Amino acid sequence: MPKTMGILGKKIGMTRFYSEEGSAVGVTVIEAGPCVVLQKKTDENDGYKAIQVGFVNKRESRVNRPMLGHFNKAGKGGFYYIREFRVEDPDQYEIGQEIKLADLFKVGDIVDITGKTKGRGFQGVIKRHGFHGGRKTHGSMFHRAPGSIGCSAWPSRVIKGKKMPGRMGNNNVTKKNVIIIDIREEDNVVLVKGGVPGAKQGLLTIYTK
Amino acid sequence: MSIIEQIEKENMRYDVPDFRPGDTVKVHIRIIEGAKERVQIFQGVVIRRKRGTMGASFTVRKISHGVGVEKTFPTHSPRIEKIELVTQGKVRRSRLYYLRNLRGKAARIREKRMN
Repeated sequence: MPKTMGILGKKIGMTRFYSEEGSAVGVTVIEAGPCVVLQKKTDENDGYKAIQVGFVNKRESRVNRPMLGHFNKAGKGGFYYIREFRVEDPDQYEIGQEIKLADLFKVGDIVDITGKTKGRGFQGVIKRHGFHGGRKTHGSMFHRAPGSIGCSAWPSRVIKGKKMPGRMGNNNVTKKNVIIIDIREEDNVVLVKGGVPGAKQGLLTIYTK
Repeated sequence: MSIIEQIEKENMRYDVPDFRPGDTVKVHIRIIEGAKERVQIFQGVVIRRKRGTMGASFTVRKISHGVGVEKTFPTHSPRIEKIELVTQGKVRRSRLYYLRNLRGKAARIREKRMN
């Protein structure tokens, strides 16, 4: 668990942005924050230090009773997403406090962005692991198959971690060292250079470095 | 999509003249050499326009020292000082790639008659 503060966001999509010198950069638009502090986790109570935050407001009629009691302590309504950030000192924050983009980031900062990649279903080794595959013509008979998966009498088993076909995507992936190109405080929107993991409308976590 | 549309609207240029494929344009390009900045003019025939918002671009073709030169510019780039419309041409398609196979007199484009 990284001991850094961050903010939750939603991927909106991508567009193009011109820097000061006039060169074009592909940017991802992320709607991030405000996140509301819901709970402080302390060494005495929980054995670790963190703050719990909520993101994206949820109607009260959609919230179940046990969660409603938890949300009411902060008094800022319900939330769809609840996540924790490990922090050195949870007492810096107050329950019910809103964390906004400008509190943590400024233009030019380098951040890490975590998201869940798009699920690709059951895929073969060429797409999933980048195997080269065989020849398509000249009677090759070996096209997209994985080939041999090990030796015979010894070790008489397939080695653990052997790259094989299977489910691809839908993993948590962190993109490191992403540059913040622009922050639009009034819209709670941040533009970062390049792509980020996941589909549009997907949940992202932006960590400070 | 509304936030993206809004960002694009704010960053788009609105001083681009209405030109079409077949038109001759002068593109004033700002070139930065070290600390100095100067403006270079690229004049030629527009052979394609890619419409859109921030991704819009257009391609200009000219014959330089007997060699065909094509440059594709992002329409909304701040590196473009200005775009001047020189003449309007009369053409019957939107992508004038056929000009690449023509030279000299055959590569001329009829001028549109202004009323």
